[in-house]
Amino acid sequence: MNRSFIARNPSVLIFIVILALFTLGVTVLSEAFGTGFLSTSFVKTLGKTLCLCLVAVAMDLVWGYCGILSLGHFAFFGLGGYMIGMWLMYERTRDIVVGSLAEAPIPPTEQEIVDGIGTQIFGVVGSNEFPVIWAFSDSLLIQLLLVVLVPGLLALVFGWLAFRSRVAGVYLSILTQAMTLALALYLFQNDSGLRGNNGLSGLQNLPGLGGVPQSVVSMWFLWGSAAALGLGYFLSAWVVSGKFGSVVRGIRDNEARVRFLGYSVETYKLVVFTLTACIAGIAGALYYPQAGIINPAEIAPIASIYLAVWVAIGGRGRLYGAVIGAAFVSLVSSWFTGGRAPDIPLGFYTIKWVDWWLVLLGLSFVLVTLFAPRGIGGLVDLWTDRRHPDRHGADLGPDKGSLREREADE
Amino acid sequence: MLRVLFFALLMSLASVSAHAQQDNIQDILQEQSELILESSRRTIGPAIDAIAGSGLPQTQSVLETWQARDMWMRESDGLFFRAEEGDDGYVLYDFDTGEAVGVAEKSELDQMRPNSGIRALIATALVSFQLSDPNEDNRRAALTSIERNPNEDALAPLRASIADEPSPEIKARKERVERLLTMAYDADEAARIEAIEGMSGDTGQDVRATLNPMLTSRVRVFEGSVPENLNVKSELTPGSDELPRAEAYGLLVSAGTAPPLLSSDGLRDILAANIVDGRVGGVAVAKLNDEAARREAYAALVEEGLAEPAVTEEEIDTWLDGATFAEIYNEPSSAVTDAAEKALRGITTKVGFNQALDLTLDALSLASIYFLAAIGLAITFGVMGVINMAHGEFIMMGAYTGYVVQQVIPNHTASILVAIPLAFAVTFAAGVAMERLVIRWLYNRPLETLLATFGISIALQQIAKNVFGTQARPLTSPGWLDGSLVINDIVSISYIRIAIFVLALIFLCVFLFIMKRTRLGLETRAVTQNPRMASSMGINPGRVNMLTFGLGSGIAGIAGVAIGLFAKVTSELGSEYIVQSFMTVVVGGVGNIWGALAGATMIGFLQKGIEWLNPSNTLAAQTYMIIFIIIFIQFRPRGIVALKGRAAGD
Repeated sequence: MNRSFIARNPSVLIFIVILALFTLGVTVLSEAFGTGFLSTSFVKTLGKTLCLCLVAVAMDLVWGYCGILSLGHFAFFGLGGYMIGMWLMYERTRDIVVGSLAEAPIPPTEQEIVDGIGTQIFGVVGSNEFPVIWAFSDSLLIQLLLVVLVPGLLALVFGWLAFRSRVAGVYLSILTQAMTLALALYLFQNDSGLRGNNGLSGLQNLPGLGGVPQSVVSMWFLWGSAAALGLGYFLSAWVVSGKFGSVVRGIRDNEARVRFLGYSVETYKLVVFTLTACIAGIAGALYYPQAGIINPAEIAPIASIYLAVWVAIGGRGRLYGAVIGAAFVSLVSSWFTGGRAPDIPLGFYTIKWVDWWLVLLGLSFVLVTLFAPRGIGGLVDLWTDRRHPDRHGADLGPDKGSLREREADE
Repeated sequence: MLRVLFFALLMSLASVSAHAQQDNIQDILQEQSELILESSRRTIGPAIDAIAGSGLPQTQSVLETWQARDMWMRESDGLFFRAEEGDDGYVLYDFDTGEAVGVAEKSELDQMRPNSGIRALIATALVSFQLSDPNEDNRRAALTSIERNPNEDALAPLRASIADEPSPEIKARKERVERLLTMAYDADEAARIEAIEGMSGDTGQDVRATLNPMLTSRVRVFEGSVPENLNVKSELTPGSDELPRAEAYGLLVSAGTAPPLLSSDGLRDILAANIVDGRVGGVAVAKLNDEAARREAYAALVEEGLAEPAVTEEEIDTWLDGATFAEIYNEPSSAVTDAAEKALRGITTKVGFNQALDLTLDALSLASIYFLAAIGLAITFGVMGVINMAHGEFIMMGAYTGYVVQQVIPNHTASILVAIPLAFAVTFAAGVAMERLVIRWLYNRPLETLLATFGISIALQQIAKNVFGTQARPLTSPGWLDGSLVINDIVSISYIRIAIFVLALIFLCVFLFIMKRTRLGLETRAVTQNPRMASSMGINPGRVNMLTFGLGSGIAGIAGVAIGLFAKVTSELGSEYIVQSFMTVVVGGVGNIWGALAGATMIGFLQKGIEWLNPSNTLAAQTYMIIFIIIFIQFRPRGIVALKGRAAGD
């Protein structure tokens, strides 16, 4: 019982070593710091994939460990992106405006610069004034705090309302989906203050660093994303390994029993929900500067469902499963939809993967749910020769796919 | 002026002409020849007036010929003729006699080509003739023209034409238009007020369109007090909500009484124009990035005499104190504006009531659409507890079935009648297949059912996209469903929506009948309440679940046909409704058809209500509705119609 955290969770060490090796490998092969074998755009894809892995870890924490199937975590992801995007866009537009006003005979006042930025940013939605939510957009520090605070606060309020009234199971899923839809629809409006369906763009350019080539910037973000994923993984593993983790898993398996044991189920759920929302926000803040653009379509309910798909295919209830699922599905998906997969001629019909990939994904997802509820991560069990506890035919509860023998060990 | 001429025309027709007038229209045309040839919209007015006011019987045919571009001028003598293309050149007809007077080559002639602006003016002049035209269609067209473009000149001929109008329908219309024109244009104030009072309480769009311009007003500024002869709506104080201070001063500036304010831009430009050796008025240019420094530099410039002193706040106050601001009606008679305002108030109340009625109808039809979309879900989710994310795709399959049937059967009525049972069959089969292959393995795992059915949903959606393409496919409704039931100018509802409402009612009855009166319903209710007990009574739960799921899916298919009739059929048709459908079921209360009904009604009315409060923005309406639902769930977590006792399950 008194072994160190790493000794009890060897997977954390293995994961971090693999992640470090991967980062090193990409650095060596990159254009900026190595041989140039990997193109800058592919480095960006890898960096974005790391961010998706991070949000998948958060999703696994809330769904695989706590049993809350949230269909709203991509909303938190998107909010994080919007928060950092506001600063990036403001400062970059400021550079442009100051540059253009520098030629005027009279140096511009602070107000004139701000007005100029407002016209530049909001001209596209027919306005030129800064909405209230942009009040702190000139401060990197505050916007970075907001990356965590805004998703966290939304999750806190929403979670408090939902858990307090004992909304659980599929109801909660539908409610989170509704929340995502409401947020996306709100952001689609031009007067939401975030440029409506134009979204925020030009995020790949770091303000004040115009001279640094994108190949270098993309590596910085890859390192940042890798570090965030490593830390997020470590944090999640730490959260679920102790007593807190046991209670959380207890809630997943039998909420009523945990409640009768005297634990405040709502508080535990709320903590997990909010924490994962914050992680999702950070992941989004690292993702969108690499993507370069964010718009409300990114937060549509379907994105959050895909998140659940990744985690389910990877194998929920284990953190590395989420990472494997997110990395595997998103990379394979970009391979298929990028038109690089070879077409299959059937004589009477040629299967073009650009068209049929989603069908394949949907069906394989059904098959995974039916026949391999442990997902790809389940393969690790074959290797380490671990088996699920034999419950002698008793009801396994809502989540058959999760690994549970550790409670029996400790 | 034209009115006077028309009276002259009428009198001349009725009795002996009292005026000395020309009896030859060619002379008039010659008099106006210069203007006609110039053919400019701005100057043509007097020429048209002269022709229309000639009082000659040929007038109408001349105007019509001109309008139809059939009027030609012979270049040799400058005479105007109507010309028709004949075998050997153009045959010329004299306007006065109507007889052919000769043939000319095209090169000898000059065609009058009035542009659309002039043709519109001619049409207005023609209206008065056409009001008494023997052809009913022409009379109707003339009335429509007056309605679209009401003007003072039409009043007299219109009045004159009412008495002899044979058709009662056109006569009623003429009388109405006459009242409206009297309201707006009659010279006699008492007649106008009488007309206004007579029309008050009429909710027609045309009445409001006539009354509103009579009440237009604008803010004007006066030195001293407001002149007596103006019709004042209200006096305004600068700085109040109606007239902000800056706006009031702006009025003074545009009236030319007060000097303009110096804007920040103006200030900057003046400073920029006075840079001397990198300094402006003694202040270094580099320091001018601050409003206070700029003012300081400007003050220095004023002292040097290089700029005008800027208007100070005190001066603005003095200017504003010295002036009176008032909102003045454009209509000079206060009795008329009072009457119009009173009538409009009454009408507004009535219109408001009618709009509420219209909104209720809209909400009702939206509610029935949601109910249709959700009723299948109420069965699968509500009764069986299975969450089916592919429900939207079953709706889509139903709509596409309707589309395919229409490709085979061109008759729209017949195709809809075929499509409804076929859509039911297709989606029933799909539902049964899905239940057998996927869902029955997941009965204990609702979250995984959600995900698995979502997988099916994206696969089905993509297959539909691959088969039918991404563009919207039409599903045309039969002719007898076109158009709408118009109750008055405000309240109307399209027949398709009525049909959907009726369909929703039919579904409700069918559902109730199946659940309460058939063996399947009994077994379903038994399995819902206690599957083990039910199976020990000889009910096969697997079969019941399969049939129930099939029924829910089949109803989704029929709903798809109905929804496809008014929405575009695309592969995303279903996903647009899926979240609302789930909301409907959750808000209404799971496991109960009345719950779905209540939920659909509430969501439909709520959405329309919010849209009414903020009509420009339907996206916002949906956002606020979802937020409201999230809060609503706080207070009634089990929905509006919550099951109690054992039926509630836990």
